[in-house]
Amino acid sequence: MTLFRRTVLGALAALPLAALPLTASAQETIVLGEVNSYTRLPAFLEPYKKGWELAVEQINAEGGVLGKQLEVISRDDTGDPATAIRIAEELVSKDGAVLIFGTFLSNIGLAVADFAKQKQVLFLASEPLSDALVWSSGNKYTYRLRPSTHMQAAMLAEQAAKLDAVTWATVAPNYAYGQDAVEAFKRELTKLKPDVEFVEEQWPPVFKIDAGSTVRALEQSKPDAIYNVTFGGDLAKFVREGSLRYLFEDRDVVSLLTGEPEYLDPLGNETPEGWIVTGYPSMAIDTEAHDAFETAYMEKWGEKPKTGSIVGYNSILSIKAALEKAGATDTEALLQAMEGLEVPSSPTGPFMFRAADHQSTMGAYVGKTGLVDGEPAMIDWFYADGADYLPSEEEAAKLRPAE
Amino acid sequence: MGFYLAQLLTGLANASSLFLIASGLSIIFGVTRIVNFAHGSFYMVGAYMSYTLVTLWSGSILGYWGGVILAAAAVGLIGLVIEMTILRRIYRAPELFQLVATFGVVLIFQDLTQAVWGAEDLLGPRAPGLDSAVRIFGEPIPEYDLALIAIGPAVLLAIWLVFHRTRWGVLVRAATQDREMVGALGVNQAWLFSAAFVLGAFLAGLGGALQIPREAVSLQMDLSIIGEAFVVVVIGGMGSVTGAFVAAVLISVLNAFAILIFPQVSIVLPFVVMAVVLIVRPYGLFGKPGSEHGAPVEPEQPLTLMGQKGLMVMIAAVFVLALSPLAVADFTTILLVDVMVATLFAVSLHFMMGVGGMVSFGHAAYFGVGAYAAAMGVKYFGLGMVPSMALAPFCAAAAALFFGWFCVRLSGVYLAMLTLAAAQILWGVTFQWQDFTGGDDGILGVWPAQWASSDRVYFYIAFVLCIGGIWLLRRAAHSPFGYTLRGVRDSRTRAEAIGVDTRFHQWMGFTLAGTLAGLAGVVFAFSKGSVFPDTLGIALSIDGLIMVLLGGIHALAGPIYGAVAFVMIEDWVTRLDYWRFIFGAIILVVVLLAPDGIAGGVHRLVRMIRGGKA
Amino acid sequence: MSAVLEVQGLSKSFGGVQAVDDVSFTVEPGEFLALIGPNGAGKTTCFNMLNGYLRPDAGSVKLRGQELIGTPPRKIWRMGVGRTFQITETFLSMTVRENVQMALISHHRRIYDIFSRATRLYVDEANALLDLVSMRDQSARPCSELAYGDLKRLELAIALAHRPALLLMDEPTAGMAPSERIALMALTAGIVEREGVSVVFTEHDMDVVFAHAHRILVLNRGMLIAEGSGAEIRANPTVQEVYLGGGTVFQKEADHA
Repeated sequence: MTLFRRTVLGALAALPLAALPLTASAQETIVLGEVNSYTRLPAFLEPYKKGWELAVEQINAEGGVLGKQLEVISRDDTGDPATAIRIAEELVSKDGAVLIFGTFLSNIGLAVADFAKQKQVLFLASEPLSDALVWSSGNKYTYRLRPSTHMQAAMLAEQAAKLDAVTWATVAPNYAYGQDAVEAFKRELTKLKPDVEFVEEQWPPVFKIDAGSTVRALEQSKPDAIYNVTFGGDLAKFVREGSLRYLFEDRDVVSLLTGEPEYLDPLGNETPEGWIVTGYPSMAIDTEAHDAFETAYMEKWGEKPKTGSIVGYNSILSIKAALEKAGATDTEALLQAMEGLEVPSSPTGPFMFRAADHQSTMGAYVGKTGLVDGEPAMIDWFYADGADYLPSEEEAAKLRPAE
Repeated sequence: MGFYLAQLLTGLANASSLFLIASGLSIIFGVTRIVNFAHGSFYMVGAYMSYTLVTLWSGSILGYWGGVILAAAAVGLIGLVIEMTILRRIYRAPELFQLVATFGVVLIFQDLTQAVWGAEDLLGPRAPGLDSAVRIFGEPIPEYDLALIAIGPAVLLAIWLVFHRTRWGVLVRAATQDREMVGALGVNQAWLFSAAFVLGAFLAGLGGALQIPREAVSLQMDLSIIGEAFVVVVIGGMGSVTGAFVAAVLISVLNAFAILIFPQVSIVLPFVVMAVVLIVRPYGLFGKPGSEHGAPVEPEQPLTLMGQKGLMVMIAAVFVLALSPLAVADFTTILLVDVMVATLFAVSLHFMMGVGGMVSFGHAAYFGVGAYAAAMGVKYFGLGMVPSMALAPFCAAAAALFFGWFCVRLSGVYLAMLTLAAAQILWGVTFQWQDFTGGDDGILGVWPAQWASSDRVYFYIAFVLCIGGIWLLRRAAHSPFGYTLRGVRDSRTRAEAIGVDTRFHQWMGFTLAGTLAGLAGVVFAFSKGSVFPDTLGIALSIDGLIMVLLGGIHALAGPIYGAVAFVMIEDWVTRLDYWRFIFGAIILVVVLLAPDGIAGGVHRLVRMIRGGKA
Repeated sequence: MSAVLEVQGLSKSFGGVQAVDDVSFTVEPGEFLALIGPNGAGKTTCFNMLNGYLRPDAGSVKLRGQELIGTPPRKIWRMGVGRTFQITETFLSMTVRENVQMALISHHRRIYDIFSRATRLYVDEANALLDLVSMRDQSARPCSELAYGDLKRLELAIALAHRPALLLMDEPTAGMAPSERIALMALTAGIVEREGVSVVFTEHDMDVVFAHAHRILVLNRGMLIAEGSGAEIRANPTVQEVYLGGGTVFQKEADHA
């Protein structure tokens, strides 16, 4: 073992002599690192990928940014935060990515955000909804695009307050997202309508809902209205078992994200009517910017855009705006550019990144579910600007840890 | 009254679904002794096929039930192909090795299913004629639930008749109870095994197919059911179909009522029930002693101390590893840290499984406790990196000491499943107890101290701890302690007869393995900067299991080969499209080429080269 | 000199069946004592109570005055009782010598040592024990490759490793060819004589019993029905009656020898 010891000591002694990392040669392109849980959640991330691919293609066709072409190196984190960190490291130190964007799952978003802080690199969290990402665990290097759990819950609470319902039951997947979503909704609704009462809460495990029993448990509490946070396969099961057991008869249902095509479309002709939801009415949006996006997207991919497509597309638009504002690709310049960065035009309208809490003001669409020509759709919808559902910048700044 | 009856019926309907998949798993294990991870894939593929057929023939009652049966039959056929082309070649491999092959099959099916049916969830039609609810005591009960409640016992009865009224069934039961006897009866074993596998796959396919009217078909179906299916099989007793039925009813009905009182309980309930059952009844409700072990296999060869040449090679390898940060880029040193962490984790698991003969499906528990203890030390108690690093393995040791005390009272698959229950309970607590553990948002900001924050310095910290841990375990394997552990594994009776307190010894072995898994967790936590409940999760436990088995359980070098190969291949392959398919295929190729693991393959290769020279 | 083993009023019943009923006997130092009886006579039950695997309903077993009842097998071993099994129990993944070394390591209370190399400990002592059973030339072979007769001899070496005062051998020649049986028991008898160990063994093969046992105990339906030297047992009419339903088989066995 003496030899073993010598090996280690020798290696440590040699440390200061180690070669410096190779400096990157002058680049023709600007490399963006992207990491996401593609194999874990393909249903939500395929449209997202198509969205950012379209944006990159369009921007490059118009000559790129700062005279250079954009190149995205995209990797699958397999749904594991530790793997995501390793990949982020490789993207930054080997592939020469000027920033990282992506992630869907909140815990991976938080892990990469923390990595970004440690390694001092800009991270644009595209999809994760966790409030912690920009508030309680916020940091200098992390910005978030999508409207957060709090914002979407607040949008729904505003509508819920207009209902006559007094007693409420909630059902949400048992993990941070579900818990945040219920807490935010309760807080916001109580603020607007202090006499509401929450009489029952159900916490099925995510993607493992025992829908029959959950529906029965909700029914037992005889609430006036139900607030639902389940999504994906859980949502389909919940809707089916719930309608079989008349849970939704004469009852208001307010449901988070259910208007997003990723979750609404699979419900097919069993789509419940009249649920108040946040989402994305895709083909029904008639703005100039959206029409252009919609046409290009349909042309390239042969399908209608979904929420993920918009998030992916707007991610690249945000990055483009940041690069142009910074005029450089180093982290310091990019960070300065991100503060209060305005994205003047996007398919969902203009938005900006707030300097105080790094949250974008990109909004969501609020409306009701229904069937149009036998197809699930959002009806009576309007665009809720994210800025209206965020606490003031002063208040938000207080929610963040001191730098 | 009506309400509770309704809740009971809902529980029973769920029980039928669960029973169908668990019964197949139990039959396959009983006869072939294969722990079939791919059973969830059969369930998923059954659901997808049935979705396609039922949608095609929608509206007609005959079309619905015909589609369901046809889908199940098709899954049975898939089972046959897998059994004949893969599993049949590796029945003689060491215990549980076939599990690696079924893991490869899981990966392949995930990509195949996505390629064929797409990523989006698919909601099939309801069953014609059974698409509404009837009122019982005023409570609406879906008709389809009532049908399922009837189907479960009907299938149980059918299996019972097959097992008791046909020659094949009698042979299956004989094989389940005493494998040697089947050979003695002159039965064509290959045929018996194939048939059992097909029946098991058929039942899993049927379970999936019958879910169409209840849930959307999704790509998560395979992994979401497999854990619970194993739990049901183990609670019932491995190989007991009746047991599986009783256990399925127990779990489902308990869940239906428990969520009324404590809605969060679902995530751990099955595992808590399993732990309680196993502590009270070490072979499950209906299992018999002897049902817990895999097929008898060739005994392991004696350990040999490393020869001069081997020692030189190893020292050279360690030396190269030590110098690698000087030659490679930062991100590679980070990958190497991951490799070292995985290797220490796998070696600690191997110490328990290979040396100690105690298979663990929940070794990540101790890895995770180590990681969390380190994270909490830094974040909540303000300890520095070094004190946290020193303290955390002892927390893992304490956890291993606690859970190990229960686990060493069992053996074989039951022991393995109790380790899984322990890990899942710890995971559940970590996940749920947000104020203390941060829940699934984890603990952030667990970075190394300033002086150690460069990738290179941290590499050397990891190097010293991981290589030191591996060295310690290797040393322990050759020591009287490790030899005694192997002795207990070989013959508990003999060990007791030469004065060894066998249980206590296993308990200590379990604890040592857990402690070093904890050390791996510590190194991991500071290299990633954050910890999440995933570090205690099933996925990590299974990865460790695959590393050990793939590397070769009968060699001390096995887990090292296994871990290095696993991490390196995964890091490379995830860059590709359809990487799960490719990874699965690579695993199958290795399994078929080296049924004694990579270590066995390397050993044979070296011998061949030497033989060639001679 | 006082008795090595004193058994008093040993009884055990399983679900109403009296397997062993009030059995008492003593074993003297250096004595080679056989316990015989027809199938189901209670030999194995009796044996398992002596070595601690079964707890009797009543009675006492004293080793050199110390009570063994309620003591686990591993402690009984530490008190100086070695044993071999009807079906050999060895560590198949170790070499022949390592099997003996394990007994020595345990005897020297070093099983919790995690730094020494087990295979280098007590090599000389192990070799000496293997010499005793003529297994030295096979010491480096994996135990899993041994012929059954060799395994039996190995077990004997293991059982002698901690210099026991008493050796319990359950059917030591079961499963062996007749010629091997005689050789093994001759070997055992020689060792007993040289080392001064007392032996209690059960046996089916009457040749072996009559050739080597100093004294024979006969069990039937859990009761001790006769006790004495080979000649006395042969001549005992009760034994002939219950054990064999007549005297002829004894005669045949003797002829056969």
